[in-house]
Amino acid sequence: MALAVSLPPARVPGRRALRIGPVSLVWRPRVALVGLAGVAVLVLGLALNVGIGEVRISVPDVLITLLGGGDPGQRFIVVGLRLPRSLTGALVGAALAGAGAITQAIVRNPLASPDVIGFTAGASAAAVFVIVLGAGFGSVGFTASVVGLPLAALIGGLLSAFAIYALAWRKGVQGFRLVLVGIGINAMLIAVVEWLLVIAQVTDAARAYTWINGSLNGRGWEHVVPVAVALAVLVPAALVLAHVLGALQLSDDSARGLGIPVDKARTLLLLTAVGLCSVATASAGPLAFVALVAPQIAQRAVGAARPPITISLIFGAALTVIADLLARTAFGAELPVGIVTAVIGAPYLLYLIARQGRRTRA
Amino acid sequence: MTSGAPPAAAVVRSAPRPPVPTSMRRRRLVALAGLLVLLVGCCFASVAVGAKEIGIGDVWRAFVAYTGTENDIVIRSLRVPRTIVGVLAGAALGLAGALIQGHTRNPLADPGLLGVNAGAALVVVIGIYVFGVTSLLGYVWFAFAGAFAAAVAVFVLGSMGRGGPTPVTLALAGAAVTAMLGAFTSAIVLVDVQTLDAYRFWAVGALAGRDAAVAAQVAPFIGAGTLIAFASAPALNALALGDDVATSLGHDVRRTRFVGVVAITLLAGAATAACGPIAFVGLVVPHVARSFTGPDFRWLLPVSALLGAVLLLVADVVGRVVVRPAELQVGIVLALVGGPFFVWLVRRRKMVQV
Repeated sequence: MALAVSLPPARVPGRRALRIGPVSLVWRPRVALVGLAGVAVLVLGLALNVGIGEVRISVPDVLITLLGGGDPGQRFIVVGLRLPRSLTGALVGAALAGAGAITQAIVRNPLASPDVIGFTAGASAAAVFVIVLGAGFGSVGFTASVVGLPLAALIGGLLSAFAIYALAWRKGVQGFRLVLVGIGINAMLIAVVEWLLVIAQVTDAARAYTWINGSLNGRGWEHVVPVAVALAVLVPAALVLAHVLGALQLSDDSARGLGIPVDKARTLLLLTAVGLCSVATASAGPLAFVALVAPQIAQRAVGAARPPITISLIFGAALTVIADLLARTAFGAELPVGIVTAVIGAPYLLYLIARQGRRTRA
Repeated sequence: MTSGAPPAAAVVRSAPRPPVPTSMRRRRLVALAGLLVLLVGCCFASVAVGAKEIGIGDVWRAFVAYTGTENDIVIRSLRVPRTIVGVLAGAALGLAGALIQGHTRNPLADPGLLGVNAGAALVVVIGIYVFGVTSLLGYVWFAFAGAFAAAVAVFVLGSMGRGGPTPVTLALAGAAVTAMLGAFTSAIVLVDVQTLDAYRFWAVGALAGRDAAVAAQVAPFIGAGTLIAFASAPALNALALGDDVATSLGHDVRRTRFVGVVAITLLAGAATAACGPIAFVGLVVPHVARSFTGPDFRWLLPVSALLGAVLLLVADVVGRVVVRPAELQVGIVLALVGGPFFVWLVRRRKMVQV
């Protein structure tokens, strides 16, 4: 132990170190630049999304109002009516992207986003269950289904994640087994959703289908708060835990050899991922594809070896807010935001894959 | 020494093959034979069991002494074609799953990753929405066209990166294209409730109502895909060592992967055209098969095909029995029954990594 303490802090050649007390980071200008650009896009998207509507408010006015200025009428529209929706989108996108970055890094597989390994399917099944069967009880059931929907989704998501984890447990949780168990549970839950969609009245089926695709319609401050709290608690936890992710990229045995308590670290990181995506899904539905694409875009944007958590958070939020802006304005009817996240996220990822190759070949 | 040394190739040829442990070989043979027997049994059950109760004697008579009674017609024109479609589609999906997991070296890959299901769904939805198609036979060609177009798009996009189609670029391109096509499908379905009403029954995946015409339409494609798949087994074994090693062993990695994608498209596209998108078989069957055969594709492919066929037939028969006289669609039964079984298997056996 004494030997380890007396060693000089690790250095990365050619990189300056940032030290704040016991914490040290490597200063990477590209990460900082990409992060700042992401934040700028996010703020601009938020301002545009808040400004466009029946009453148009210009971007500078929106920003002034958000900073405390503006007249009362604009204040009411911006803060009372429109901001909660955009903020829900940003927070939900960030939470899903963060969860995706964690699971992709732990499992070492770009396809291992929470919605592929079953962490959000439980929320979907529970929500569709409430929508389809709640409608059977007339107006009472309808009201209950509206009020209880986020709660049911939250419980469903946590239950399915717990079930996957418990079933994958055999003297520790190995990444590969967790993924396979997740696939099995995911398939079952999707089958339940499909069965419910087939037996439902077609209007309920349409409502359920909208929810499955992820929608920000009618989201208020009551949707903002839970996601904000979850992010405030879980993101710092994830960032502290994430220092072991670099070692986990090697293999379980190598990571153990480097002194990482692999099972404990993985369990805690998975818990944060589950928490993030369950709360997010409960608020806005399982916004398809954000959890998969945002970390992959972030990884390519900063040129990292694994999905970076902070940049993923920013990109997820920006992607969702811009998608919501398009979902509201670009098409005749308002579409669920989850549809648009795929339509703008997918081509960008494809472009990044193609561009990466050309530069290397040249 | 210099003059007596044989050419390098001859050395390689004459080297003895590493012996396969007899326990492994026996296990593979037992799995293959057991699955064949199981498949015959499942075919019989699929013909004999259904909404209308028909005695075994009558089933037999429908084959050997066809007289055109109601039972004979049910057996010959409904249940036999349905069983054939089930066997074809199940085998095709099992094979396609093993192929895609081999080519992407990713245990999370299923044939749908090439965009086959998403492409088929989008074009079927367009068929319903724009052309008003609502018959099963009408869906088949729409689904096939969509599946093929999507797979081509995924392969081309996944090949644009460095070194052509690598496992990671293929998987990511597939996921991206699948998500985008799914988004378009959702948009159409949400705009038009009538389309949703027709689409939701196709999207579940079912064997009900598939007649001999459907079987005849998809059989040539599945046959061709199966031949290509079996022929590519040795190359897949080399690919499993990594692209660089495969290249150094003399394999043209790009060509092998292109051939593999053609086979997957034929197999999964035809299966999806016949019975709608069924995700579970292609994803799970290769994992189960691998736990019997190990990673050797020459064994993995046939065992996956048989296992897929058995699984689909079992799920279809169970779906006919549980809610008699109604039916539960095979896609739902598959995942609801197969899911827990798969989880049990994953816990019990040590799964072989891709």
